[in-house]
Amino acid sequence: MRRLLLISVPYLWLLALFLVPFFIVLKISLSDTALAIPPYTPTLDLGAGWAGLKGFFAELDLENFWFLTTDDLYWKAYLSSVWIALFSTLLTLIVGYPIAYGMAQAREEWRPTLMMLVILPFWTSFLIRVYSWMGILSQEGVLNQFLMWSGVISDPLMILNTNTAVYIGIVYTYLPFMILPIYAALEKLDISLIEAAEDLGCSRFQAFWLVTVPLSKNGIIAGCFLVFIPALGEFVIPSLLGGSQTLMIGKVLWEEFFNNRDWPVASAVAVILLLILIIPIILFQRNEQKQREAEG
Amino acid sequence: MAQTAFAPWDDPEAKPLIEFRHVTKRFGDFIAIDDLSLEIYEREFFALLGPSGCGKTTMMRMLAGFEPPSAGTILLSGQDIAPVPPNKRAVNMMFQSYALFPHLTVWDNIAFGLKRDKLPKEAIEARVAEMLKLTRLEKFARRKPHQISGGQRQRVALARSLAKAPKLLLLDEPLGALDKKLRQDTQFELMDIQEKTGTTFVIVTHDQEEAMTVASRVAVMDEGRLIQVDTPDRIYEYPNSVYVADFIGDVNIIEGHAEKSGDGYEVTFAEGQPKLRAKTANGLRGSGRCYLAIRPEKIAISSQEPQDAANAVRGVIDDIAYLGNLSTYYVRLDNGKIIKAQTANTRRIAKRDLTWEDSVWLSWTDTAAVVLEN
Repeated sequence: MRRLLLISVPYLWLLALFLVPFFIVLKISLSDTALAIPPYTPTLDLGAGWAGLKGFFAELDLENFWFLTTDDLYWKAYLSSVWIALFSTLLTLIVGYPIAYGMAQAREEWRPTLMMLVILPFWTSFLIRVYSWMGILSQEGVLNQFLMWSGVISDPLMILNTNTAVYIGIVYTYLPFMILPIYAALEKLDISLIEAAEDLGCSRFQAFWLVTVPLSKNGIIAGCFLVFIPALGEFVIPSLLGGSQTLMIGKVLWEEFFNNRDWPVASAVAVILLLILIIPIILFQRNEQKQREAEG
Repeated sequence: MAQTAFAPWDDPEAKPLIEFRHVTKRFGDFIAIDDLSLEIYEREFFALLGPSGCGKTTMMRMLAGFEPPSAGTILLSGQDIAPVPPNKRAVNMMFQSYALFPHLTVWDNIAFGLKRDKLPKEAIEARVAEMLKLTRLEKFARRKPHQISGGQRQRVALARSLAKAPKLLLLDEPLGALDKKLRQDTQFELMDIQEKTGTTFVIVTHDQEEAMTVASRVAVMDEGRLIQVDTPDRIYEYPNSVYVADFIGDVNIIEGHAEKSGDGYEVTFAEGQPKLRAKTANGLRGSGRCYLAIRPEKIAISSQEPQDAANAVRGVIDDIAYLGNLSTYYVRLDNGKIIKAQTANTRRIAKRDLTWEDSVWLSWTDTAAVVLEN
């Protein structure tokens, strides 16, 4: 009985914070828009008894999902989101790996400080940090002023309100999620393995490529998922830093909910997004489990 | 047919494989290796023995190329190896932690070095098969390191470091992680493999028994210097200092005053005790203060006064350490000095007549003790 109670805690958590909200969204996505509060029908009327329940389910349909296929905006937004998320994950990896590597190579007494520096930006509001990037990247911004002052460029660069700004924003925001798992993997790496590789005829670079990289593979995979999953549904960064041509599903979702007040279509977009995310989440879990088994 | 003894170090014609010439290694202010010169010959099984922090691992890492010497030169086959990086040296190392690549199978671990040499595929396969056979690992070729036992891992590490047929193999505490029984078996296996492959082995160990068992010569180190370099039997029987005598095996050290007498010395060590006689080939230089080093197994213990013994002292049994095959008696002399005497337990325990508080005689020959200066 006590065991059952203990096991039930995480399941109740999952039920309350994931499954219940998901079913509410799913239900709205099957409803129709209405000029009412809340802005959709039907709403469940338990007072009408069995007939009311039957009527409620009869009115639910897949119309909104069908609607998503008729307008190419949606699948283009999904595709573009996947592309942007993939590309910025790759960029984050390219920036994050050397940082994690440098941290793991640093002297032991420096490591906690370096780790702190990586985590420190989280102490400031995410929104403020994205706004400050607007200040850096805009035409009159710090970056352009510096480049013009140093004579690298004569006309200001157009960075803000382009996809480049979105990439910069995502890489900046999610960098710690990439660095920390890779650092954790690299820190565990036994230095004698690298020496052994060199002893057996590897150059420094070969030793890195044949030993360090494969042994940090799990950290790389974990980091990539931790960046890719939130980046896919990212809304704040594309809407603040991106331009009108930046198409991301998070932005579309926002517009459907708050500009169009079309909750059912917005919910359908959210349900599809969730289904897309489930694939990498399952892959991520698999990787974690495999790692645990290998270590166990 | 008499075998010719393997002793290139006694042959003035022999060219050493490795030569340390006045090598010094400093880490900041700390001197790890202090102006050390040493020659190691081909096909030798050479042991570096010493307490932790004596510099033996530093010597090995300098040979492998992971540490450059601060001063002096190291020659391998007459060539200065200082400019050669570790990956270009004909030297391989077996690491204390084995350093097996956890993401590769046993087979791939052994093939790792061969692949770096860009050998043809068949040559690699043949060599790996040979190594697997040599170390009796054929059955485990497809396993990952975490799927095999400690002893098997040790053999994989050995196979991997031997695969490239190095001129010199370095073994850093190779048996440290094994339990005692397995360690003893593996010692003989190592000697066997060394003989089969004809590779020169340099082994680092803090276990004197291990060094004595496997090595053709042993170098006893302390604080970055070589104290004595010699064959195991000479190190044991003729230690050149109190440090070596004390470090290798069990020993009684008796401090006293020596007077020349015939072909040896008479040593006065305490009032009311007879003078001790010891023959020695090498004379004392100094004032006459000396140390006698006597191995416990060279001291006989008896309840009656022995006849014609060169040295005989009286004492009382203070303690008995029963080791199964041997018993060590701790005998207290009249002046309080404790002398250890060891006897083989050739009879069953009930038949033995010596016990605690018995008054006994200790005796030894005039060649049993080594006369040392500090």
